[in-house]
Amino acid sequence: MAHELVIEAGRAERQYWKDLWRYRELFLILTWRDVAVQYKQTVVGILWAVLRPLLTMAAFTFVFAKVAKLPSEGVAPYPLMVFVAMLPWQMFATAISAIANSLVANSNLVSKVYFPRIIVPAATVGVAVVDFVISFVLLALMMVFYQYMPPIQVLAVLPLTLLAALVALGPGLILCALNVTYRDFRIIVPFITQFGLYLSPVGFSSGIVPEKWRLLYECNPMVGVIDGFRWAVLGSMDCPVRALSISVGCAIALLFCGIRTFRKTERTFADVI
Amino acid sequence: MKPIISVEGLGKSYTIRHEGQTRYKSLREEIFKLPKRLLCRGAQSQEEFWALKDVNFDIMPGDRVGIIGRNGAGKSTLLKLLSRITEPTKGRITMRGRVASLLEVGTGFHAELTGRENIYLNGAILGMTRAEVRRKFDEIVDFAGVEKFLDTPVKRYSSGMYVRLAFAVAANLEPEILIVDEVLAVGDAEFQKKCLGKMEEVSKGQGRTVLFVSHNMAAVQQLCGRALLMKEGTVVADGAVPSLLQMYLQKEDGVRKELSFGFIIIERMFIDSKKLSVDEDFEVVLEYRRKSGKEFGFCLEFSDMFGNSCFITISPFYDKNSGVIKCKIKSGMLNNGVFWLGLSSYGRDFSDTMTHKNIMRIEIADGVRCREQYWGTYAGLSRPAIEWT
Repeated sequence: MAHELVIEAGRAERQYWKDLWRYRELFLILTWRDVAVQYKQTVVGILWAVLRPLLTMAAFTFVFAKVAKLPSEGVAPYPLMVFVAMLPWQMFATAISAIANSLVANSNLVSKVYFPRIIVPAATVGVAVVDFVISFVLLALMMVFYQYMPPIQVLAVLPLTLLAALVALGPGLILCALNVTYRDFRIIVPFITQFGLYLSPVGFSSGIVPEKWRLLYECNPMVGVIDGFRWAVLGSMDCPVRALSISVGCAIALLFCGIRTFRKTERTFADVI
Repeated sequence: MKPIISVEGLGKSYTIRHEGQTRYKSLREEIFKLPKRLLCRGAQSQEEFWALKDVNFDIMPGDRVGIIGRNGAGKSTLLKLLSRITEPTKGRITMRGRVASLLEVGTGFHAELTGRENIYLNGAILGMTRAEVRRKFDEIVDFAGVEKFLDTPVKRYSSGMYVRLAFAVAANLEPEILIVDEVLAVGDAEFQKKCLGKMEEVSKGQGRTVLFVSHNMAAVQQLCGRALLMKEGTVVADGAVPSLLQMYLQKEDGVRKELSFGFIIIERMFIDSKKLSVDEDFEVVLEYRRKSGKEFGFCLEFSDMFGNSCFITISPFYDKNSGVIKCKIKSGMLNNGVFWLGLSSYGRDFSDTMTHKNIMRIEIADGVRCREQYWGTYAGLSRPAIEWT
């Protein structure tokens, strides 16, 4: 006999992490499915991943630089400064809304087959990452256009991307679990991403926030991520150590809470979805 | 030898909420109800419903077990627990082997993806590794017969092709335990035969354990050596298939008492027959009492679950103050399924007509006869025996 499996009320815990490893291929395949399906039957296809941040950038540059006349950071051209911030923000926003909806969108799977449910929300992050990579290529092209040389710390983009994904994953898991029972969250999530866009330093430099409000402002974990990106790609500001440590702390705490909430409610998903 | 599955004292309860009959809880509802809930804790109109209670059985390796029972008997809940989709409330299940469950054909198929892509996707969902799918790929495609359309999105498939492809993936799983829920109700006859053949090959040929839920008695008889009969959330009988089928087909006691039709009172109305199946005749018995002395007649109507009339039958006129009337319905007049009886009575001149609709529910079980090699469902409200020459 291969292995013995005991199913009892409240016992699922023990095999969970082992199962998660066993189902790693499902994780990859679901990620691949979401990426493959994302732009099927659209005319411009994957170009949407480029167009969306590009258009937002154009609008923000117009509103904040031309109308409101906000200053840029150092020598960086305003559009470039906005676009660099746009990348992690877009990734965060797409990831969190995709995660929040993931279980409901895959309810047919949840009610008909067993697998560790956490795979579904985790796999949806993949789409956001792919979009991010494509936009990043565009960023490189823009930097060539503006003849802007990135500093050496550009390599820090990798851990920063991971951080942005984690900041989305933690609250995403909580929203995802709640969305199964309370569909209200499907409506709440777009608000979070909309307000967040203006609360985070995407369209402007965080340098314009007065010093005395700075600490409060940095409690938004995306501030650290976005400023980190600007530091890494443009070198237009010092490394935002305080904001980044707050981000990392938040990401870890939220991820912990997220996984706990998810695991707690997971066993009833099939009954209430 | 140790049993491959043992189930001890298994129970699953659901909470039914009586107020705010919405299926989805909304946050607003919860917030508004919070004070009320805190104030009167006991008065909450929640009810526990045990979909399964105290289920016990053991299954040995290589057993082919059919699970039969009427709608709502708990079959699907049992399968959900066995396949770990939801957690039991009580009891325990011990399984010694890899389980693959097929509760629905084509779970997780994505309409936009091609046949080839869906094979990998579905395989992974059912727990196969990519290497395994690759090894089995040709066999799957062959079984489904969709070589030409491998690179077409499945949304352009005919429903038959879709089902064939979906079953082909599942059939090529190599689990020690295969759990199958009523999947043979889809696809054409030839494919159903193929599926049943494949399941026989898997179980008899390769010695795998199969759990099979079906309303299709002929398929259960063909495939399974043993059956569990479920009723109201418990296993009421466990044994060889033929004897359990007998039990399953036996009708439940349903007697209507004291129905008033104005000048006629029906004292008792019931079905007189041991079994209710497509293969058996049955009698509807009416015991009546008359209050005033005019001639009268009855009209019996059979309708389906949606209220569509199947047929009516009109009695001759009677002129007695009390008595017993029997109405014999020939086998095959009704197809398998749930039907409702309605009764009208009227005077000789069709005056004083009174009708009671839906006064008795009957469930006609599927028969074994007149199936030959066809395993699928029969369409239509009736299934009469027709003579072919």
